This record gives sequence, C-alpha cells and structure tokens, in this order.
Amino acid sequence: MTDEQDKGNWWIWKVFWILLGLTTFEVLLGIYKPGFLNETVFLGTKLLNHVFIILTLIKGGYIVLVFMHLGFERATLKWTILLPAFILVPFLLFILISEGAYAYLMM
Amino acid sequence: MSDTATYGQAWKGGDKPYVASYGKLMMWFFLITDTLTFSAFLASYGFSRFKFQDVWPKAEEVFTHFPFMHGDHPLLFVALMTFILIMSSVTMVLAVNYGHKMQKEKVILWLSLTIVGGALFLGSQAWEWSHFIHGLDGVHATLISNPYGHPLFADYFFFITGFHGFHVFSGVVFLIVILINVIKDTYEKRGHYEMIEKVGLYWHFVDLVWVFVFTFFYLV
Repeated sequence: MTDEQDKGNWWIWKVFWILLGLTTFEVLLGIYKPGFLNETVFLGTKLLNHVFIILTLIKGGYIVLVFMHLGFERATLKWTILLPAFILVPFLLFILISEGAYAYLMM
Repeated sequence: MSDTATYGQAWKGGDKPYVASYGKLMMWFFLITDTLTFSAFLASYGFSRFKFQDVWPKAEEVFTHFPFMHGDHPLLFVALMTFILIMSSVTMVLAVNYGHKMQKEKVILWLSLTIVGGALFLGSQAWEWSHFIHGLDGVHATLISNPYGHPLFADYFFFITGFHGFHVFSGVVFLIVILINVIKDTYEKRGHYEMIEKVGLYWHFVDLVWVFVFTFFYLV
C-alpha cells in the first residue's frame, strides 16, 4: 500500500488519458465506420463490433485493475473477484446469444 | 512483512487471508453480484436483438440529439456522458488517494467534484430519457410501443439505463453522506479514510458498467 501512496498522482491521469483516448477512438469509429471493418463479418458479427468489444474490455481492465486497485491486491482476492465473472459471464453470453440467433431462425 | 511468514498458514484458520478489511471484501462481493445482474441485462438485450435483428432499431439513428445544437449528431451526447463519468471516476481516485494521506481539505475538494460529476451525469440522463420518450412525429416511446422500432428496444433502454442511473443516484447519495462525515471529522477520529475507498469501489463500478452499456447499447 505504501509504495503507490508516495508516487504522486501521475498514474491516475495516465489512466484517464488512456480511457479518454480509447473512448474517443471508439466514438470516431462509430461515426465514420471504416468500410473494411464495417463489411467484414466474423463470428456472426461485424469486425467493427469485435474492435469495440476488445477496446471496451481494455477500458474495463484499466478501471478494475488500477482505479479499483484490484491489480495491487493479494492474488487470492484478485482471483476470488475475477474468476466468477470470467466463468459465468461468457457462459451466460454464449447461451443467450446463440439461443437468440436460433430463435431468429425459428421465427 | 510478517504476513509473508504466515502466508502458508493463512487458509488454516489464520486471519485475513485476503489482506483486506471486512468492509472492503463485502463491497467486492456485492459488486460481483451486481456484475452478474448487469451481465444478465446486457446478455438478454443481446438475445432479443439477435432474435428481432430484422426490426431492431439502430441506436445511432435513435439518439442523435445534442443540447442547443440542430441536426443529427449521433453518439456525441452519449460520448459526453461517458466523459463526465470517466472524469468523475478520476476525481474519485484522487479523493481516495488524498484519503490515504489523511489530507482532509483535498478529500473534501475531490469528493465534492465527484458529486458534481455524478449530478451532471444524472441530468444528462434525464435529458436523454426525455428526448427518447418524446419520440418521433408525435408518437411517444413507452414500455409497450415506440416509434423507433421493436418495443423491446425501449424496454431495454428504460430498464438498463434506468437501473444504471439508479446506481449513479445511490452513489451520489453515498458520496454526500461520506462528504458530510469527512467535514464532521468522523474519519479523522477513526484514524483512517477507508470508507472513501469503499464508496470509491462502488463509484468506479458504476463507471465500469457505463463503459459496457455505452458499447453494447450505443456502439455495437
């Protein structure tokens, strides 16, 4: 705990600029929709959406690990928090998204 | 550090294997359950969107307004809302940071700015909702009908952003409570500002959820 107390505030602003930069990039992609990313379909959705999801996960990682300090906690705590989400959320998404696509085909 | 010596013993009835206080741990456990709740909301949004993909409205064609500006500005207002929330997350970390250093005046400053950020976000959300409800050509968006496309789109919009907005509102209330406590010297007497850290965890979580709502509701 004491280590990062003494290193000032620059790390907070660094994360701020990363989050702001990624968000701006996402918004620009969302407005201009580059043709290649917008037209290529991969795993059931546009490549552009994969880019959005990856950028969002990076942003989420910075918020959880730095702002919420989880990256500096004891490993036992870190994995107690992260593992349920890492296991249950993809499971939930897999079931609901694949069933949604199936329900579309069955209509 | 003594806890490296007892590390191997921590799970055998040793105290604090997580090296975190009870309150922080419980906040984290609450946040896991909340993560799963919001994941379920967004995943079920995904289900309905895939099922009704032919008639699902495009968010960037629905949310195109910006205060005091005419014409279509897709994504601009929601980007501003995201910026406000990220900014308030930064002021929150600064408050937590100065709490560790026991600098009361700076905690008051940054906590107050965080409250301002939260209030700005709530105001923006109210504006966004009123524009959405106002609808198109005299047809209002409600839970059972909306002029933009499939009615479920409006249901998910009200439900997900409403549930998130309620989290923000609760967060602002928590922040006001701890700000009063800071001013009253409650944490000075207690000898630490850990309560700021716990409320901070909640506040960052609200920001985290918004980052995902922004992507899955507005961008994708």
